[in-house]
Amino acid sequence: MRFERRLDQPRWLIFAVPIGSIAVAFVLMAIVLVLTGHAPGPTFRRLLDSAFFANGALTATFVSSTPILFTGLAAAAAFRMQLYNIGGEGQFYLGAVAAVGLALYLGDRGLDSTPVYIVAMALVGAVAGAAWAAIPALLRAFAHTNEIITSLMLNYVAGLLLTYLIIDSHSYWRDLESFEGQTFPLGKTIPEQANWPSASLDAFGGVLLPLGFGVGIALAAVMWIVYSRTRFGFEIQVIGDSPRSARFAGMRLRRKILAVMCISGAIAGLGGASYEGDFAFQIDPTGLQTSFYGYTGIVVAALARYNPLAVVPVAFLLGGLLSAGYTLQGADFPSGLVGVMQGLILFCALAGEVLVRYRLRIGRRAPRGVEAQAETAS
Amino acid sequence: MRGITKRFPGVLANDQVDFEAAPGEVHALLGENGAGKTTLMNVLTGLYRPDEGEIRIHGKPVEFHSPRDALNAGIGMVHQHFRLVETLTVAENMTLGWHTPRFWLGARVGRRQVRDVSESLRMAVDPDARVWQLSVGEQQRVEILKAVFRGSRVLILDEPTAVLTPQEVEQLFATLRVMAREGHSVIVITHKLHEVMAVADRITVLRGGKSVATLPVSEATPRSLAALMVGREIAEARRVEREHSTGELVVEVANLTTPGDRGGFAVRDVSFGIRAGEILGVAGVAGNGQRELAETVYGIRAAAAGVVRVNGKSLRPGDPRAAIGAGVAHVPEDRLGTGLAPSLSITSNVSLKTYRTAPMSRGPLLLLRRMHERARALIKRYDVQAPGPDTPVRNLSGGNLQKLVLGREFDGEPRVLVAAQPTRGLDVGAIETVHSYLRQAAADGVAILLFSEDLDEIRALADRIVVMYEGALVGELDASSATVEELGLLMAGGRAE
Repeated sequence: MRFERRLDQPRWLIFAVPIGSIAVAFVLMAIVLVLTGHAPGPTFRRLLDSAFFANGALTATFVSSTPILFTGLAAAAAFRMQLYNIGGEGQFYLGAVAAVGLALYLGDRGLDSTPVYIVAMALVGAVAGAAWAAIPALLRAFAHTNEIITSLMLNYVAGLLLTYLIIDSHSYWRDLESFEGQTFPLGKTIPEQANWPSASLDAFGGVLLPLGFGVGIALAAVMWIVYSRTRFGFEIQVIGDSPRSARFAGMRLRRKILAVMCISGAIAGLGGASYEGDFAFQIDPTGLQTSFYGYTGIVVAALARYNPLAVVPVAFLLGGLLSAGYTLQGADFPSGLVGVMQGLILFCALAGEVLVRYRLRIGRRAPRGVEAQAETAS
Repeated sequence: MRGITKRFPGVLANDQVDFEAAPGEVHALLGENGAGKTTLMNVLTGLYRPDEGEIRIHGKPVEFHSPRDALNAGIGMVHQHFRLVETLTVAENMTLGWHTPRFWLGARVGRRQVRDVSESLRMAVDPDARVWQLSVGEQQRVEILKAVFRGSRVLILDEPTAVLTPQEVEQLFATLRVMAREGHSVIVITHKLHEVMAVADRITVLRGGKSVATLPVSEATPRSLAALMVGREIAEARRVEREHSTGELVVEVANLTTPGDRGGFAVRDVSFGIRAGEILGVAGVAGNGQRELAETVYGIRAAAAGVVRVNGKSLRPGDPRAAIGAGVAHVPEDRLGTGLAPSLSITSNVSLKTYRTAPMSRGPLLLLRRMHERARALIKRYDVQAPGPDTPVRNLSGGNLQKLVLGREFDGEPRVLVAAQPTRGLDVGAIETVHSYLRQAAADGVAILLFSEDLDEIRALADRIVVMYEGALVGELDASSATVEELGLLMAGGRAE
């Protein structure tokens, strides 16, 4: 049994492989469920139900989907140029911190207009994310530092910043006045006018579609146009495929590295702003750091093959799975098992990717040399 | 090896080649780039299987299915790029992956064996040194010891002196002679004539995939070898005499010096000028700075000193966009790696240098339909064999890639063309086409800087020929009167007599 590179990739494979992967994942999950004494059928029904069909399920799914839609787009933006920005996590935090900070400040100044809040929070979140991403970008462009390492490490720095702001200091972000805030470290809540609205989709039984998700869809469309129809996108394609040839064609690699990394950071930062404006309304260091929105975004981008349009449905489906996981766990269903199920789906989906690029050959005799070698070795 | 034939798509790399090496001799395999030396040795080491012919070792026919088979038969190879694990010690590198029955008895046994081997060959290497601490020459010694340690009786060295200093070369040659005296067969692949004369007992010359001669070193002279290597009998045929260009000086290169990838300087104080409609040929053995010179003129590589002027204006060093703006086109040596984006479509690659401005784009937007049209037109005009403009270029054959690159570069109506090895790897028909394009461009007034290791090609196309050796220009000859012998000697570092 061995893998051979496919010379051409039939179009149907791109659709067949993900569907097949999910099917395999459900088979594996069924085995795990039976082994742990759960009935697979009802469990799956409950899973799908609580992700998409139950009352309020879709609203909860959007809550989980929106942040990973942004971080997924952020990862896709950079990965397309083979620039591996693993720092979406930290850039997301920074966007959240900046957006909350500005909303609190404007609230203190007595600002009343929700649209102004939204625009200001989105802008400052994007700028903060871009600035955080600019650090690995500059290091990569001018010192040839590996951006995977630097952007990853900065995630931990950003996490410490969150802890510092809320737990280790009396910062502007910390709630020192309310009763709860005095007994337990809490983030200050942004004014109600700064809450982002959501659209109630009456056709779907009053599902709440948060503003952030709409922004994400629009962003995905813009990104798709930029990447496939503009000079900038063309340069990114060429640089991603062959930096040498890009240089040969007179493209300025450093500028592109800076630009793409900052765009990626800005999208993640905007995600942070949307997360605060749409759902969280305050900095919660533990909640943010245990959600892993940034890292999940990388998985979303990979499953979507870095195609921004595909990021939208992938983020939605994965968000459904995440949110169903929360409702599923309980006394009879340990949270570890939920993790196993989510992990199996991701694992199968990513493993299936291999089959798109390689074909599996079974039953061909190994070359004689290898056999001879095996004999002498034994 | 008898009657070895190996075909690749579009190329006959080895054509009925006979080759033999006796125990106790150093046998040099001499030939230009693309003559088939490496292919032949890859057949011998089991990397390729020959389409025809047979290999015998000690008179017994063998068949290799993998490099492992060849290794078991006692054939070892020292590659140009070493295959050592830098962070492990010498002893660990030598024993790594080699299943002696009692390997786990520990490093001590391995170390002792390593020391035994190195003493028997009088090659001092500290078995406990880590590879990254060793000089290039020492690393090469480790590679040789590794091959011997693994039981090789036939040792092949691919361009072993390419990375060595003259002193290290002396040491290496001494080692090779010791090994031959101990009864090994040593095969040295090279294209440097003076080294052949210094170390070899016998010489086999390959040209165009055929073995043209095998002779003892006592019967050879650098002159006769150079003639054999480049094949003078076909040399005179193809030259088309043209009027000497009297056009204006388009390109001026003054005192250009460029750092190399491995430190030191790859281009040393090079100066020349090219007139409109003139072809200046740069001859030389591969690796003497031609690629770096081409890249510096075009701006992919930044010069350490010196200047490139086009029409009297000096180009910003290290900025290809400046060169493109001044009308400099470049057909790079490594077409797929430098000139093209392999997984992108023909359309994208055709517009690789023109996407920036009208008519290919308006403002920030690309005009995809125009790019498509341009690609289709270019495919037709330059007869590129491809299913369509959306095909990724990595699916095209070498000849079609070259046509695509040439077509794109000519299409920009350049004033200067830097063509590096434009016919390497092409078959005869494609070579003719490329030559006619180059001649046509010169007739249209383009100043052409032509790099080629094929002396026939240079003599057929160029007006003047300069020879590059170790980064410097060592001679300039009029192409109509230059002889292969003169060029061969200059290329091998000898002085014109």
